[in-house]
Amino acid sequence: MPRRIVIGIRGVGHRVIDSIWRLGYASRFFLLTMLKSGTSLRRFGLIIREVYFTGVLSLIIILVSGLFVGMVLGLQGYETLQRYGAESAVGTMVALSLLRELGPVVAALLFASRAGSAITAEIGLMKATEQLAAMEMMAVDPIARVVAPRFWAGVISMPLLAALFSAIGVFGGYLVAVVLIGVDEGSFWSQMQDAVDFRYDIVNGVIKTCVFGVAVTAIAVFEGYDASPTAEGVSGATTRTVVTSSLAILGLDFVLTSFMFRGMS
Amino acid sequence: MQRTTMDLWVGIFVIAGIGALLVLAFKVGNLGTYSAADSYVVTGSFENIGGLKVRAPVKSAGVVVGRVTGIQFSTDTFDAQVIMSIDSRYQFPKDTFASILTSGLIGEQYIGLAAGGDEAVLKSGDKIMKTNSALVLEEMIGRFLFNKASEGDGKEKAGAD
Repeated sequence: MPRRIVIGIRGVGHRVIDSIWRLGYASRFFLLTMLKSGTSLRRFGLIIREVYFTGVLSLIIILVSGLFVGMVLGLQGYETLQRYGAESAVGTMVALSLLRELGPVVAALLFASRAGSAITAEIGLMKATEQLAAMEMMAVDPIARVVAPRFWAGVISMPLLAALFSAIGVFGGYLVAVVLIGVDEGSFWSQMQDAVDFRYDIVNGVIKTCVFGVAVTAIAVFEGYDASPTAEGVSGATTRTVVTSSLAILGLDFVLTSFMFRGMS
Repeated sequence: MQRTTMDLWVGIFVIAGIGALLVLAFKVGNLGTYSAADSYVVTGSFENIGGLKVRAPVKSAGVVVGRVTGIQFSTDTFDAQVIMSIDSRYQFPKDTFASILTSGLIGEQYIGLAAGGDEAVLKSGDKIMKTNSALVLEEMIGRFLFNKASEGDGKEKAGAD
């Protein structure tokens, strides 16, 4: 009996040590990516190529979901607000919820599942087919050549995608509330402009998206680089990217929100 | 894919993203309508500010002329010091009257400025002397009930006489 308890405790210890080791490895990998970004920033063509794959190809899903999220917000906001005779505040509600929370968070979740998983799968497969090892043989640093451009492309794309998401979401809210339901157009826009502050709402939203961009792409490139070089390993790494980055987005969002919007209006 | 096509698409993407940010700033946000760049600061002390919050608008004749930038409690006079930053395009006389008003029945509270007749204008750091506190609904109802009760008392006494 005591022997079994010892084995159980040993298992807990093993897992804790493993996860701490992995965290340290991930941080060292992140630092290494930062140190070696210099060369990839000088070869900007590489980053542009990756912006095309992570940013431009994610546009469709971001724009369509942004439109629908905005439309649903308009419908539901109208349903609730018209009970209090405040249906002209629907613009304020749509804009504030998109700019502060839904825009950054939903765009980052979509970005993680659309682009993050693709980055992980690509790097993982490169590792499985020994392309990364071949690069090292040719004295090409795979972190500078493969990892850093993907990382910076994600960091560049994420805020732009979230801004497009919020803008098209506000347009979707406008379509439903003003065009479909018939809320007064003037009060829709003027109440929105009255309530949305540039520094307080928009800049804070952009800061959030930058943090999410760094987090998602850092997780994606690390999982790809760390994947075991088998078909199973790559699929597991892709799943881990989506799960870990979604949890990281939601957790970071709570932390950032509690710093940015604490105790204010 | 051709390098030039890719460059084109990335260019479109980046320009559209920055355009979306600009739309958010100017059409959705208040960057186009109100900027705090050139403004002057005045304070006013209120007996009770009700539900007034930092960033609440300061209006005159219904037009937004500034924002509330700070609210403090003063232990010297035991009242609330409200700091307002007002757009320097709008100059107000020294004897301007500031009161805390509510937009609609349950709307947000704001500061309403009613211009006086003084020749001198308010400058940065000045203090608004004439203020009017917020209406607190509970106090009003309490006063109303108290009046009703004393009226009833008076009637009863009149009946007894």
